[in-house]
Amino acid sequence: MSLFLIAALPFLGAVFPALLIRAGRNAAAASTGSVTLLALIGLLLHAPAVLRGETVSARLDWLPDLGLNANFQLDGLGLLFAGLILGIGLLIIIYARFYLSREDPMGQFYSFLLLFQGAMVGIVLSDNILLLLVFWELTSLSSFLLIGYWKHLPEGRQGARMALAVTGSGGLAMIGGMLILGHIAGSYDLSVILQHKDLIQASPLYAPALILILIGAFTKSAQFPFHFWLPHAMAAPTPVSAYLHSATMVKAGLFLMARTWPVLSGTDLWFYLVATTGLVTMVLGAVIALFKDDLKALLAFSTVSHLGLITMLLGLGTKPAAVAAVFHIINHATFKAALFMSAGIVDHAAHTRSIRQLGGLRHLMPLTFTLAGIAALSMAGIPPFNGFLSKEMMLEEATHAVWAGVPWLLPAVAVGGALFSVAYSLRYIAHVFLGPKRHDYPTLPHDPGPGLWLPPAVLVALVVLIGLFPEAIAAPIVVAAADAVTGDHHSYFHPKLWHGLTPALYMSVVAVAGGALLLMLHRPAEGLWNALPRPEAKVIYDAIVGAATRASRRITDALHDGALTRYAAIFLLFTLALAYYAYASGDTGPQTRAMLPITVMPVVGWICLVGATLCVVAFHRNRLLALVLIGVTGLMVSLSFNYLSAPDLALTQISVEVVSIILLLLALNFMPQETPRESSAGRKLRDAVLSVGAGLGAGGLIYALMTRDFALPSISEYHLANSYKGGGGTNVVNVILVDFRGFDTFGEIIVLGIAAIIIFAITEAVLGSRVRARLLNRKPWYPLAGDAHPLMMVVATRVMMPIALMVAAYIFFRGHNMPGGGFIAGLIAAIAVVMQYMASGFSWATERQGLPYHGIIGTGVLVAAVTGMGAWFNGLPFLTSAFGYVHPPYLEEFELATAALFDLGVFLAVLGAVLLALQSLARFAWQPGIASEHPMDINPERDDAAAVIKGH
Amino acid sequence: MEILLASAVGILTASGIYLILRQRSFPVIIGLSLLSYAVNLFLFATGRLALNQPPILNKYAEVAYTDPLPQALVLTAIVISFGMTAVVVMIALSAYLAARNDRIDMTGETGEDA
Repeated sequence: MSLFLIAALPFLGAVFPALLIRAGRNAAAASTGSVTLLALIGLLLHAPAVLRGETVSARLDWLPDLGLNANFQLDGLGLLFAGLILGIGLLIIIYARFYLSREDPMGQFYSFLLLFQGAMVGIVLSDNILLLLVFWELTSLSSFLLIGYWKHLPEGRQGARMALAVTGSGGLAMIGGMLILGHIAGSYDLSVILQHKDLIQASPLYAPALILILIGAFTKSAQFPFHFWLPHAMAAPTPVSAYLHSATMVKAGLFLMARTWPVLSGTDLWFYLVATTGLVTMVLGAVIALFKDDLKALLAFSTVSHLGLITMLLGLGTKPAAVAAVFHIINHATFKAALFMSAGIVDHAAHTRSIRQLGGLRHLMPLTFTLAGIAALSMAGIPPFNGFLSKEMMLEEATHAVWAGVPWLLPAVAVGGALFSVAYSLRYIAHVFLGPKRHDYPTLPHDPGPGLWLPPAVLVALVVLIGLFPEAIAAPIVVAAADAVTGDHHSYFHPKLWHGLTPALYMSVVAVAGGALLLMLHRPAEGLWNALPRPEAKVIYDAIVGAATRASRRITDALHDGALTRYAAIFLLFTLALAYYAYASGDTGPQTRAMLPITVMPVVGWICLVGATLCVVAFHRNRLLALVLIGVTGLMVSLSFNYLSAPDLALTQISVEVVSIILLLLALNFMPQETPRESSAGRKLRDAVLSVGAGLGAGGLIYALMTRDFALPSISEYHLANSYKGGGGTNVVNVILVDFRGFDTFGEIIVLGIAAIIIFAITEAVLGSRVRARLLNRKPWYPLAGDAHPLMMVVATRVMMPIALMVAAYIFFRGHNMPGGGFIAGLIAAIAVVMQYMASGFSWATERQGLPYHGIIGTGVLVAAVTGMGAWFNGLPFLTSAFGYVHPPYLEEFELATAALFDLGVFLAVLGAVLLALQSLARFAWQPGIASEHPMDINPERDDAAAVIKGH
Repeated sequence: MEILLASAVGILTASGIYLILRQRSFPVIIGLSLLSYAVNLFLFATGRLALNQPPILNKYAEVAYTDPLPQALVLTAIVISFGMTAVVVMIALSAYLAARNDRIDMTGETGEDA
């Protein structure tokens, strides 16, 4: 099976439990299990080749320019981890089916579990460190979902948040470290990076890269001082704890250290950072574990301790130590997952996890006692179980390590850690299962069904078998994995239960005897422990998070105080500064163009334009007056377009001007008519300086541009040359719009349609809220005119309507060759309709036209799209146009172009958008009684009715 | 000629920005309209100025044409700026109706429905 498929299967399979949960919990569990089993089988098919020392890989260039490729690789280390993830995953899935209660949403649980599983498999199979980082973050996210699975428990939510914050921020550090590493090696592929040991270790960036990567690994693997999240994550359901927090996720950090071991290890920095951290974590975790009364807390801290042990082994940087680390990863996964499951069984049966309420369970739960007892003895390092073998190897390696010139320090501390490890392991047996039978359990415990005890039994069987026959069972995979870590071939791995009288054996004996003694003294030791002052990690964590939250809130509040005008001013100031920098550091070059002469007409126009604009500013408090004045400005702008050889722009500007002013007038109807004076003199000065600065900049820039020729040849020549030949039209602006740049125009009309629909939606929302009542009871600002629909205006607009529509049609049809086109025609047609609204009233006009404006917009966009797609049928790209000429008898030659059809779409979209916007706004004005009953209509029926009345 | 247009663009920009920095929504909308004029004239002028040279091809004589490309860009810009003005007007109006004041800044006391 392809590695892609193995990595993708859990993700794809995550859909099944979510869907199949409707078919029952067994269906959900079975589907999850099948997906995992399938992936496991796929993995095992590769096992023989990998165990022979081959490397299986699958590569796919994803974003090669960024160095991000979907490269997967399976070597011994990957096989070991993927096997653990999928194999223990399978047992967990079975266990969870019987562990979770009827109230828990099991489909969700299995989906999350598969997502997590996929992310983990992705990490261990990735050959690209960027890809690895993606999966790494995915494990943080999916474990967040799993830890917080019992959403109703505050501890669950807090624990999930803490785990995400710690592992997530570690992940951020690791991204930095990985990017540096890839930068040094010149590739983001692990297989390449791993061949550049000397280059990487000689680089000045080695230390930052190493520290950042180690922060990522330490947070994930709960190493001191980041160990505190793991015990809090125990609020998760026990299957999650057994899976994530013993066998898989917390080992991701170890995996990463093992993966990068060939290039990062072997330096003093590595030794002191990694070995010391591991040693401290190992002892600290073991000591705390001894004094925890919650079964899962005890196991959590013991996990912290064992992770520290493996970290220390990797930190030693020697090959035998690396082999021991790999071996202990397997052993720890087996006995710890089994122990977590047994703790879950006890919790399930006795309804408590507190050691103080337990004891004597061996009489009631003999089966659980057997399983938990063997696993705990293995954790303590008692022969003949697998934990003994790897602990002996650890002690042996510790004797060879010299810490800062002191040869006895590391072995002594290691023995101390092992001693506490023995003590808490034995305590798990003695205080839970041994001792007299009690009569005050919350519920009377009993052994569970096979669904709960079989999965741990499988693991315990492995504990025993590996312990008895390490060479036969564990050696192949350990050697393959250790080879992958150290780069050796056939690493030395010959564990024996009896080595002879070696130092490691003496140390082991000391640890076991000391541990047993310590357990006997547990009560006084506990008193001493409780009397000692010690920092509570959660309090520190909460204080840091609280301080960070307060600081960021203070900064945000100071920067974002809601004063939008201030933001605008800051933005302007920044832009001005940037523009000034560009101007000061740039070079403008000499003027190359002759200027056009100044004649009387433009000067008059300039005076009108500038005068009206300055008056808008001066009189902007009188809002109606400002609207009248801005109308003058708009008119002068359109005249300038006309004067400067842009007839199309002049036509567009003037028709847009009309609808804009109508829109603003409508809106002003509901708003205050005056703007109060409220700016201080200093503020006005500030705004004046900013705006004059911006005006000078804009004016100066365009002046400089206009007095110089194009720096590069313009593409306009192409448009001029091909407009008639290629587009069939002589109005180049229109041909550009509907043909050359048709795609832009297509986007443009869609945007316009969206804007109109937003306006409609806001109207619906406002009119549906309680603002509606205020609008209905609104008092007009001015006294209303006596004649709401003046006779002259009504008649004039009705007479003008067909004429205006004909003008629109004329403008539309001539658009391809003469100034005009769909945009302008649409605006003119819209004005023709709006005139009726204005003169005869909203109700009258609405009654008389039945077309929904949304539909017109939609039809317009659709017509344009279908026209564009027509080109596909001729095997041409979207919006390629075609045209031809017909000569009907008695008429002029006439052009038929698909571009005209496209322009029809533009016309409809513009028409619909303008009308929808104005009509929506007009709906605000509706008040009961506003519609005059007969606004200037000659209604024959009414006359008939009058005649009938008269007749009587 | 160029100096007239450039100064007009400058004055339109300055006036528009001054109004945009006011504290009530209606002057801001007016200011946006003025700024739209300025931007449209600016874009149009990047094609350089020409008199009596509209980009309408003459089949019968060889004549000069002004740059058609900025004109096509500005044409759509004019229509889009209408759409933008309409949306902004609508937002300002509904904010005013809901909060009963048309202040731009969101500091201090909020309206009753806010």
